[in-house]
Amino acid sequence: MRHCIRLAVGPVTFRIGSDWARPIAELASLYANYPASADPANATVRLEAARPWRRFIRPAVTIGGDFTIPGALPLPMSMGLLAAEMAMNLQMALGWRRHLLLHASAVERGGRALIMSGVSGSGKSTLAALLGESNAWRLMGDEFTLLEPASGAAYAFPRPVSLKNEAIAEMAARVPANRFGPLLKATPKGDIRHLIPSAEALEVMHEPAMPALILFPRFGGDVAVTRLAPSELFVRLTEASTNYAMLGEAGFTALTRLVTTVPAFAMSYPDSATGMALVQQCWAEAMA
Amino acid sequence: MSAIWTLIDLLAGRRDPATLDAAAWEEVISVARAEALATTLAERLANAAVPEAVAALFADLSAAGPVQQTQALWEAEMARRTLTPVGVRFVLLKGTAYAAANLPNAAGRQIGDLDILIDADDLPRAEAALLAAGWEWVKSDPYDDAYYRNHMHELPPLIHRERDRMIDVHHTILPLTHRARPDAAAMLADAVQSLPGGNGSFLLLSPPDMVIHCAAHVMADGDLAGGLRNLWDFHLLADLREDEWQRAVERASRQKLAEPLCRCARLATYLFGEQTVRDNVSLTLTDRMFLRAITARDDWARPTRPILRLAFYIRSHWLRMPMPMLARHLWTKWRKA
Repeated sequence: MRHCIRLAVGPVTFRIGSDWARPIAELASLYANYPASADPANATVRLEAARPWRRFIRPAVTIGGDFTIPGALPLPMSMGLLAAEMAMNLQMALGWRRHLLLHASAVERGGRALIMSGVSGSGKSTLAALLGESNAWRLMGDEFTLLEPASGAAYAFPRPVSLKNEAIAEMAARVPANRFGPLLKATPKGDIRHLIPSAEALEVMHEPAMPALILFPRFGGDVAVTRLAPSELFVRLTEASTNYAMLGEAGFTALTRLVTTVPAFAMSYPDSATGMALVQQCWAEAMA
Repeated sequence: MSAIWTLIDLLAGRRDPATLDAAAWEEVISVARAEALATTLAERLANAAVPEAVAALFADLSAAGPVQQTQALWEAEMARRTLTPVGVRFVLLKGTAYAAANLPNAAGRQIGDLDILIDADDLPRAEAALLAAGWEWVKSDPYDDAYYRNHMHELPPLIHRERDRMIDVHHTILPLTHRARPDAAAMLADAVQSLPGGNGSFLLLSPPDMVIHCAAHVMADGDLAGGLRNLWDFHLLADLREDEWQRAVERASRQKLAEPLCRCARLATYLFGEQTVRDNVSLTLTDRMFLRAITARDDWARPTRPILRLAFYIRSHWLRMPMPMLARHLWTKWRKA
């Protein structure tokens, strides 16, 4: 394709091609601090015009690549970064086999991982970003957590955190402006702005961490923390995994070990400060 | 060289993998995925010297192969438990059959739906038994349903509501409106039990019939989507004994399938055969059009040669149904779209 870039995020190397210069320039700037990879890519993404003339007239970015879903709507050129992010996520969700994929954010502290799973809007990205900015924690990722079946270790997928709506201002108050991507206004998922992980987090992105605590945050409502039985945790995590069924027995073994060895809680919180305090409290209990 | 030809040469063993640089590898991997041949390539190059990142990806793909086979064979077992009690005898087709028999092309082959062949007289009983056992219609459109029942070689697709897997119940191997006349009754009569050493015991087409079915599938049925994968299947399946080949040719001639069979043999040999055999293949002009359509993919795995592809798409419909019927069909589809 006319324009292209190679990006390495954790164990994945993406080859991203585009019909236009703009999305590639935006990606180059957003990923400027990521370590370069000379490895051949193991996933290909295409940002393309649905019809040849749509390259010039009302250009709209259609998501393509090794794995696609039929009927995905094209996005306007101003949301090229979102299209790239969705396409990269899609390659992971449908194509990645090396790890059990959990749709979850993760942070690390002292070689142990806190995994936070939940639907969009649960606050798992914001909590991970806030923790990642405190000195004690390393951000591992806000979208996917990768579990190695053989060892049970969690691996990072630290692509830029996709902050949405109110979370944007909340993080902008804490983090220097040069660590943010452009503001994408009124996307199908609301306002979006990407937060680039810290240099330290990127430097050690290949280092695994053993899962020590799993949380299911829920933003809004009164404070409530409920311990989850292994059986419920198992069901919740099969729903949060995009490749559990594809991995067969290896996936079952990995997940069974996770739910029987790692404590898990569902956690409701009314605001970020309370959420952070609850996370610290649960972590302290898990470490005790 | 284009990535799709690099892929072909790697599969055929004509290209030394050590000569590929990083850019060539990522192109080949992407094209192999688009052609549903990535795991096949991983298996082919399991012992080759490849870059570390490629070896890791190939190991991922190879590990997923047996999982896929287990899941496909479990689906075949589910069909057996449903159909055998009501006295319906069925033969496995395509990917699941290759896996059941552990044929040379089974390693790494992608398996989609469960395809089975049954006697046309058994259709009502099979349909009732499958519906009672949890399979449901995928399409609920009355026109599509009537179209399948009146003109196709299979029931409308069914999907299992719990396992989310599709089954295609064939009663012959080509649409009823097709100009070739496959003899499904003879194929069913000659079906063989899968041998020990395979995975489970199922009925399969005899080796000559399996080759004919593969050729019919490549040449006569579709618009050449997945053509490269199907020709790779053919290349490995067609390694028959002399007498089996003779039977295949005789049988294909009786069913007006000799032309597709011979074309498949020429194309598969040209694509994947050893150099000495390859030198003896003389391709016709039409063969070359097929090759161009089958290899119409760029290094980003995008389809190319749209006009040629469209021509093959039209041809597939033209082969499949007489002209007045085609016109009526396209008109109905267009009005509904």
